[in-house]
Amino acid sequence: MTLSRRSLLALGATLPLLARPAAAQPLRIEITEGVSEPMTIAIPPFLDEGGAAEQTRALRDLVARDLTGTGLFREIATGTMPAQGQGIDAAPAWQEWRAADAQALVLGAARMDAGKLHVSFRLYDIFAARPLGDGLSFDGPPEGWRRLGHKLADRVYSRLTGEDPYFDSRIAFVAESGPRTARIKRLAVMDQDGENVRYLTDGAELVLSPRFSADGRRIVFVSFAGGAPRLAEIALDGGPPRLLPSEPGVMAFAPRPSRDGRWLVHSRSRDGDTDIWQTDATGSLARALVTGAGIDTAPGLAPDSSAMVFESDRSGAQQLYLMQLDGGGEAQRISFGEGRYSTPAWSSTGDLIAFTRRVGDRFMIGVMRPDGSGERLLTEGPHDEGPSWSPNGRVVVFTRQERAENGRARLHAVDIAGRDMRPVELKAAASDPDWGPLLP
Amino acid sequence: MARLPAMLMGACATAGLLLAAGCTDAPQATPGSLVVDPYVDLPGGGARYAGDVTVGATQAVLPGTPTPQAFAAMAGDTVTFPADQVVLTAEAQLIVARQAEWLTRHRDFRAVIEGHADEQGTREHNLALGARRAASVQQHLVARGIDPGRISTVSYGNERPLEACTDEACFERNRRAVTVVSPAGAGV
Repeated sequence: MTLSRRSLLALGATLPLLARPAAAQPLRIEITEGVSEPMTIAIPPFLDEGGAAEQTRALRDLVARDLTGTGLFREIATGTMPAQGQGIDAAPAWQEWRAADAQALVLGAARMDAGKLHVSFRLYDIFAARPLGDGLSFDGPPEGWRRLGHKLADRVYSRLTGEDPYFDSRIAFVAESGPRTARIKRLAVMDQDGENVRYLTDGAELVLSPRFSADGRRIVFVSFAGGAPRLAEIALDGGPPRLLPSEPGVMAFAPRPSRDGRWLVHSRSRDGDTDIWQTDATGSLARALVTGAGIDTAPGLAPDSSAMVFESDRSGAQQLYLMQLDGGGEAQRISFGEGRYSTPAWSSTGDLIAFTRRVGDRFMIGVMRPDGSGERLLTEGPHDEGPSWSPNGRVVVFTRQERAENGRARLHAVDIAGRDMRPVELKAAASDPDWGPLLP
Repeated sequence: MARLPAMLMGACATAGLLLAAGCTDAPQATPGSLVVDPYVDLPGGGARYAGDVTVGATQAVLPGTPTPQAFAAMAGDTVTFPADQVVLTAEAQLIVARQAEWLTRHRDFRAVIEGHADEQGTREHNLALGARRAASVQQHLVARGIDPGRISTVSYGNERPLEACTDEACFERNRRAVTVVSPAGAGV
């Protein structure tokens, strides 16, 4: 789906710049301030500008759900809202919105036009009594209304947090069914809010470790087709999975595609020794990157693919190591805390590495800088594992497995301040999430 | 994963010691009779097969015929490992020694060793851990004279636990390497 988008520049240009004292800070909520109160936000019913009564309700609810799901925003109740003015560009009744305790106000409208759904919105800073940014409108096919809603929520989120957007994105994962001792695992993708689940494999073979290509169009994963784990790839726009070449006696797993899509890193096990290799996209060229006794696995590439972080038990227990990929240098150990560190994932913004840490029987998701400093733990659970970053590098999604005998694996998300996000609601058990890029 | 059909397909070729029904005109074991298997040394004597001794729906096998079940019963097909360990314990070495003995006697069988981890570690580490456990068994078998070409390994990591666990005794049962034999040429 393509979205066409135009700024309502004419409207923006008519707004006076003098409404705000020069010294005033823009309305802003900082993700990194873990203890801050949620910002109160009013999202009254969207205006139906023609033929879109149903969509306006659904869109408003989706936008509210995206925003409040972050834990950064608290919606004020519809009952306390002042009556709406004329259209989304008319100045809101500032005093009344202040009385209703709204800090930010989102006004939205939608209409059907020539078979397309048009959505527009404006965002207002109630206390400064001025709009935040220009109005924007999006259009797209009516069946793509969810993406239009995510795009709208993304703009609001960006303007209020100063961060890049992430709502209009997908998550690949492994859908689980059947008893724990005979799990059926299917490769699946969904919108980041848990909607539009699509299954890509039928469950006949065990599948693990899905990872999006940088363009979000393909998924590389581990398949047990043929008995032993090996690398496979599937295109999201159709076609059967393709197995990458494999060597007899070698198991391949833990694939991570490079940013340019031309190569990937992965683990290979031969005679019990697990090393990290680089191979081209067709799987025909290969070279060893990390060798030596012990288990070297779970590589995580830097956003520009110039360096790699991975886990190794060379010191006795799993720890994280960092190495440059441009031909030189030993791997440097970067984790030194108690317990073991595994599954490092480098954020798309490059500033943080998320990991799984296990101390005794406690599992935690944490983050550290790429040099190993500034470690912070974000979660603790019975079995939290495998963080993957949102496209803006501010949220991680991970697997939480309950320890009880009939415990199910579920996907949870947390932001870099440790703020719990609304859990992804899925009917089936799910594990191994990989967050794809922001959609165009 | 495709091991069950394989052992049936090769039954005719491997019935050197005893006759497998369906390959010759030897009398079939009589359904309903009690058969004592003298080759299986269990407490109280041989294993007792009450009734039909057929392994599959169509092909009967007489007791003593080398089969994957006989291998499991005589040698033991599973060894377990202490937490995080990949080296065979003394007890595990005894089992693997019996496996080697069985494979030496039945040269027309090959083996796949499946390595497993408990569910406590992370998934990809556990795949590697299972691979090391399978390789430990493989190395012991080779050291005892089994042709490496007859043995392959696979790791399932923590994907195929025997049981869903909440305690250490259960976790230990899941930390295992299982030797699965099948007649050579059965296309495993």
